[in-house]
Amino acid sequence: MNTDRSIVPETLARQPWHIIVPLVALVMLGSAVLYSASGGSLRPWALTHFLRFSMFLVMALMMARIPCELFKLAAYPIYALIMVLLVLVELLGAMGGGSQRWLNLGFMTLQPSELMKPAIVLVLARFYDNLPASITVSWRGLVPAGALIGLPAALVLLQPDLGTALAICFGGAIIMFLAGLPLRWFIGAGAAGLIAAPVAFFTFLHDYQRRRVTTFLDPESDPLGAGYHITQSKIAIGSGGIFGKGFGNGSQSHLEYLPEAHTDFVFATMAEEWGMMGGLFVLTVFAILLSWGINVSRRATDRFSQLLAAGMTLTIFFYVSINLMMVMGLAPVVGIPLPFMSHGGSSMMTIMICVGTIMAVDRWRQRPVGLT
Amino acid sequence: MPKRKRYVSQGTLGLSFNRRSLGLGIMQAGIGMMLAGRMGYLAVAQNRKYQLEAESNRVNLTLIPPRRGWILDRNGSPLASNRADFRVDIIPDRMVDKAHTIAQLGDLLQLGAVELRDLEDKLDDARGFAPTEVASGLDWERFAAVSVRLPNLPGVVTQRGYSRFYPTGPSVGHLIGYVGAASAEDYEEERNPLLITPGFKIGKDGLEKQFEKRLRGKAGARRVEVTASGRIVRDLETRDDVQGESVRLTIDGPLQDYAARRIGPESGAAMVMDCHTGDILCASSMPSFDPNSFSDGIGRIEWKMLRDDDHVPLRNKVLRGLYPPGSTVKPMVALAFLEAGLDPEESTFCGGGLRVGNRVFHCWKRSGHGQVNMAKGIYQSCDVYFYHFAQKIGMERIATMARHLGLGQEFPLPVPGQSYGTVPDPEWKKRKYGRDWQTFDTVNATIGQGYMLVNPLQQVVMASRIASGKKLMPRLVFDPTPPNPESLGVPQEHLDYIHAAMSEVVNGRGTAGRARLPVENVLMAGKTGTAQVVSLNISSGKTGPWKYRDHGHFICFAPFDKPRYACAVVIEHGGGSAAAYPVARDVMTFLYDREKAMESLTRLEEGWGGNAIERLDAKYRAYASAFGASAPKVSGNTADQSGTTGAPVQPIVRGAQTPRPEPEAPAPGQQGTED
Repeated sequence: MNTDRSIVPETLARQPWHIIVPLVALVMLGSAVLYSASGGSLRPWALTHFLRFSMFLVMALMMARIPCELFKLAAYPIYALIMVLLVLVELLGAMGGGSQRWLNLGFMTLQPSELMKPAIVLVLARFYDNLPASITVSWRGLVPAGALIGLPAALVLLQPDLGTALAICFGGAIIMFLAGLPLRWFIGAGAAGLIAAPVAFFTFLHDYQRRRVTTFLDPESDPLGAGYHITQSKIAIGSGGIFGKGFGNGSQSHLEYLPEAHTDFVFATMAEEWGMMGGLFVLTVFAILLSWGINVSRRATDRFSQLLAAGMTLTIFFYVSINLMMVMGLAPVVGIPLPFMSHGGSSMMTIMICVGTIMAVDRWRQRPVGLT
Repeated sequence: MPKRKRYVSQGTLGLSFNRRSLGLGIMQAGIGMMLAGRMGYLAVAQNRKYQLEAESNRVNLTLIPPRRGWILDRNGSPLASNRADFRVDIIPDRMVDKAHTIAQLGDLLQLGAVELRDLEDKLDDARGFAPTEVASGLDWERFAAVSVRLPNLPGVVTQRGYSRFYPTGPSVGHLIGYVGAASAEDYEEERNPLLITPGFKIGKDGLEKQFEKRLRGKAGARRVEVTASGRIVRDLETRDDVQGESVRLTIDGPLQDYAARRIGPESGAAMVMDCHTGDILCASSMPSFDPNSFSDGIGRIEWKMLRDDDHVPLRNKVLRGLYPPGSTVKPMVALAFLEAGLDPEESTFCGGGLRVGNRVFHCWKRSGHGQVNMAKGIYQSCDVYFYHFAQKIGMERIATMARHLGLGQEFPLPVPGQSYGTVPDPEWKKRKYGRDWQTFDTVNATIGQGYMLVNPLQQVVMASRIASGKKLMPRLVFDPTPPNPESLGVPQEHLDYIHAAMSEVVNGRGTAGRARLPVENVLMAGKTGTAQVVSLNISSGKTGPWKYRDHGHFICFAPFDKPRYACAVVIEHGGGSAAAYPVARDVMTFLYDREKAMESLTRLEEGWGGNAIERLDAKYRAYASAFGASAPKVSGNTADQSGTTGAPVQPIVRGAQTPRPEPEAPAPGQQGTED
């Protein structure tokens, strides 16, 4: 060991800098975009964005030091606690006479449904970790897991928050898939969905919901109505070209043509000013992050670690891919922000919990290796 | 194959994880590539398209309505000009909450109930794209009050621009016409975005319409950067408008105004023509409308005023009014007699009537004129003289002379339309009614009754041609090069004879002694005319219901020996020529001595309750207070009043019409007229 001779203290050197540095770069780009979107001002978005990230990064690094046993121990209690919070939110909403998604804790507002995204991954990883192999592929491997996913998803759907409910289902399904449940179940479910979708489309959906789907398929059919968001977003991205219009010169965002320029459509805001190069940079950082996450899970030695890291990675992937497909006109408009770039506390917390968890899994593998 | 229990161990699950996580990794990479590809497609392949769309989002092109060309009188002073103006318009399609917007505008602009009502009417009729004027000519405070609230008033447009201004208002209403926002029909016809630009007006009537192309000018343009909600961020580029060309008329502005005001509360027309060039110096028709108040559309009160007025204020009487000319045709008939070789000294006896066969045709003077030659026939307007010789000469020759002098003719003027009336002859009657010409038809025609119908323009042309002996053509657009009109081919001694007889009408023993000009060394020659409207058994023509009263005519020129100006005046239902010649006298006086003419006008207007503009305003106020917003809605086209309906119906005439008494010659020492 030559750690004694290193200038950098060991604890500092051991941090996963190859992930932290790209992430900080991405968040700084995000802050710059938010700075431009607010007309060249640190307020109200850019500064809080960066400070929040710094805070959550510290949180993630601390999470990384939590031992595996504690994760396993805490899995079910955390899940139960968040379920209680979800019910509480629902009850408060019912009493207040309207829908509500968050709890006011005094110092911050907490959105329990956001916390449920990493929590579902954690609890399912724990569930399959314990399950004997033979039971995993039987119905006993499916039904309890299905209940664990279905309950929170139903509560979130009631809020109503389709985007988050989908994210929870996606996270859960990914763990089930990776846990080795028979492939034909997934194929069967997919086939059933394919058949049910058109039937539901023509029988169960309301007119306005149907219009939302047709608008997504052909946004130009209603450029001023429901297709407006997608159209304006495509204009912003397309008009940026290869190198963009330059910092602070994005007309689509500055003149308010772009809706939600600092949250869901922040990628379009960025692409207009930074062009294709900015877009490729963002994609590259996400590629680094996601491939690191997958590699961590594949290198992990135990089942719990594998499932946990892969689940967290794909939760981040879900955010990124749905958001980017939406702003580029490949998916309907659903309120899902872009990690590290969109302004918003709850979603950044969720993502950083995912990142912290992957870091922790990474450490569990390194620690024994380092000691032997 | 029977169900085989698959053996599953942690090991197989581990292998499955390896496979599946690899698959998910590849799937992620695939979606990442797809997103990069999509990005490249949008930002590179379709970059040009989206750049254009971003640009068309960002930049808003607004047209600046061009300043309209001025309409000038012969001396270069404006009859129609532009004045700087603050205005507010609504684009109906862009309004979100119509009721709220209108209520708030009403508050901010301090609109009354009548104005709000008119605004709602206009919005009801408006098509989505056409801007509707809310108010113009605003003061800065009210304009600013609306301007600062624009973000809360979608669809409302405030503008600094120009509005048309007619300094003499109603005096030029019929001549110049008015401007207004383009109608849906106008836009169908000419798909020009300028037409639906707020604040842009096109000529709707009269010369404003005729000279639209010349007056319009070229629109300016302003490129501005706007936000999605339409707020203007900054100006990018402005191209100035090019003002339309001005049009200079032959009209003498002050004279036009004077004549219009002098007609006063009567319904009628007064025209003056230059006997050298044919220039129309004045073409006044009253009552009229105020073109200044028409440009924002016709409101309910205005509409009711126009509709209630039996003096037909929308009809341009100069061109559209058709009247039996009465005795004003007599100098023309006399010229026809001379042309046919009649010795002017040849006389006939007037005993108050002329017996032809078993019928008696009456002279207006039942006591008779005694022995009458041509001159006396003119200055005393003796009907029997003309009955007698017209039968000898025949209608054809008279009709030929009438057309030669301009009656029944249409003139090449830039006007929307002329009603050219009728000069009857046997062939015309045969064609129209299928009947033969009768003695009584000749009798009627020679005294300007029966089928004979003329408009005031033709009358002034006739006067100018008799005065000059030249085939003068009326001109409305100023042209510094004098025309060279051909001669009428009438011998000068014939003209001199007629001129002398017409001078006698005014300055001697004639029927219009009081028409003598109060100007030294200028003697005017003239001829009176009184035309009956209904037969004697309905009304005497002098009193009774207005619409049954006789029309009063007077044609004249001055100076009688060296004619310079010709004039014709028609007073509808004025009760006879006595209503017409004082107007002609004052108008002619104005050409020589403005002060003296103004003096007599001022005295008259005191009695009438102000000048034309003041009287119109007073009437509007009275109507507004009487009817308020409850006046009926404007319906149909205003053109139904101004159209050719001015022509009286021409029923077939089955007998001689009894001529109406002319104001009599003042016997020596005894000024006065017999009625």
